[in-house]
Amino acid sequence: MTEIIKSIDENTEAGRFRVPRQAFVSDAVFEAERDAIFNRCWLYLGHESELADGPGSFVARTVANRDLLFIRDRNDVVRALFNVCPHRGATVCREKKGKAKSFQCMYHGWVFKDTGELMHLAGESSYAKDFNADGSVNLQPVPRLDSYAGFYFVCFNDEVESLPDYLAGAKEYLDLVANHSPAGMTLVGGTQEYAIRANWKLLVENSFDGYHAEATHATYLDYLMNTNGGLTNVKLQGNAYDLGNGHAVVEYTAPWGRPVAQWIPMWGEEGKIEMDRVYAELVERLGPEKAEQVAHKNRNMVIFPNLVINDIMAITIRTFYPVKPDYMMVNGWALAASDENEWRRKFRLFNFLEFLGPGGFATPDDVEALEKCQAGYKANTSVPWNDISKGMHKKQPSFDDEHQMRAFWREWNRRLETIRQEAGK
Amino acid sequence: MNSATKNKYDDFLAVQDLIFKEAALIDSWQLDDWLALFTEDAGYYVPPTDVDDNASPDKTLFYIADDRARMEERVIRIKKKTAHSEFPRSKIRHLVSNIRIIGESDGIVSVDAAFVVYRTKDGATDAFMGRYAYKLKRDGDSFKIASKSCHLDMDGLRPHGRISIIL
Repeated sequence: MTEIIKSIDENTEAGRFRVPRQAFVSDAVFEAERDAIFNRCWLYLGHESELADGPGSFVARTVANRDLLFIRDRNDVVRALFNVCPHRGATVCREKKGKAKSFQCMYHGWVFKDTGELMHLAGESSYAKDFNADGSVNLQPVPRLDSYAGFYFVCFNDEVESLPDYLAGAKEYLDLVANHSPAGMTLVGGTQEYAIRANWKLLVENSFDGYHAEATHATYLDYLMNTNGGLTNVKLQGNAYDLGNGHAVVEYTAPWGRPVAQWIPMWGEEGKIEMDRVYAELVERLGPEKAEQVAHKNRNMVIFPNLVINDIMAITIRTFYPVKPDYMMVNGWALAASDENEWRRKFRLFNFLEFLGPGGFATPDDVEALEKCQAGYKANTSVPWNDISKGMHKKQPSFDDEHQMRAFWREWNRRLETIRQEAGK
Repeated sequence: MNSATKNKYDDFLAVQDLIFKEAALIDSWQLDDWLALFTEDAGYYVPPTDVDDNASPDKTLFYIADDRARMEERVIRIKKKTAHSEFPRSKIRHLVSNIRIIGESDGIVSVDAAFVVYRTKDGATDAFMGRYAYKLKRDGDSFKIASKSCHLDMDGLRPHGRISIIL
């Protein structure tokens, strides 16, 4: 019997929004998501600064279970190639990152240029003369590659809408995070690579959940309050916005320090001078209103389906992919202003680690929460619904309502609807 | 045994004693006593797994880069019931081996050791393995830990997802 994939249950009049817990445990949902979401959406590949070392810079990265090469070729063209030998399928480049003019497959020695073109075919005389006339034995390009504001995305479906159309209202927020510095943004070295024994959609929700902080992160908030000069006198308040196509953001003020550019007493006089200088530059370049937004507002954004850009006490880029319904692989990076001085970089990273990442004072408790939810869903046939109703009746939902999650879930539901219809035929 | 050899041997025993004691204190959740093994300007570090051994936490995204103040806060935090990841507390076992004194300069002794740390909670056991790089400061016949860096011999924190214990 084919499992029927349940739909979300939305009742505006009753102020009720529910998500079936089946969505977190079911193999049928997992497969449907792969077809309807991960094979059809634009997915984050990497940041332009990862290829800043000139032609031949490359990063080997797995996106939606496929091994890719993210590469700036000899002609300065950025490419996304499948890191898979067209001959027998072996992984061609086995290094994580570096610089290369060509890549040789270890199995039969085929060599490919950094453009993907086959440049040496071992035993060529045994092949037909026009063996590669159609390019079918080059490293194959990912069907679609495009970038916005320094963020590169791929899509495995050639038919997808343009990246700008797909990003919809999220473009404006990507512009904000790309504009912290006139010199642009850069990924700081070092990747946080971890896993969570929970469904990937739990991390979507958690990444912009303003409601959980007080309970889940009580120890982090205690810590900030106990730390001399760790907080400034700013209220935790703000709004949630649906950015279209399943993307959403919460934007809010908060009392913690921001390296662009909200000073806290702990940073001392040197820090105050630097924060004032950074703020003045923002005002001059972006105008007072945008400068205020960039510097003093925090943003937790999810770009559907699996890219998180949180511009909070530091900037984290996070992406994740489900290996199984109850297991996901997570990669996290820190993004920073390219031209910031040593002092600012140091405090940015200090700030980052306080809250974020598997060794921080907050993320481990998020991991615990997600894994406990996943444990609870084992009873999903008896206790079948998650509630995501908070703030449904409000015209402008707050950052600690659940409006942003509803935006994600509606898009999730819409995309799975195609699978439901196909199954129903 | 000549006196130079004897001193070297005494140093080694003192270092080993300190490192084994540290492991036992973490495993038995006596974390205030663990802190007392460190100098007042100590640091505790866990670098990521995709950077050079000498990467600096001021320029590179680590998993953990604590100064002494944050080490104290880390201990305060994980002892609380509201540090959810460690409530109820996980079971921990440190196995430390291959201890070597690498050298000494300006009264700071460099020590390397190999470790495996097991953490068990809710039916899952995760292993962390790697190399400790210690900087030890002479303190009478013994030493205080001036810095401890845990270099993981792993591709990432998979499947663990967190370092909510002390490595």
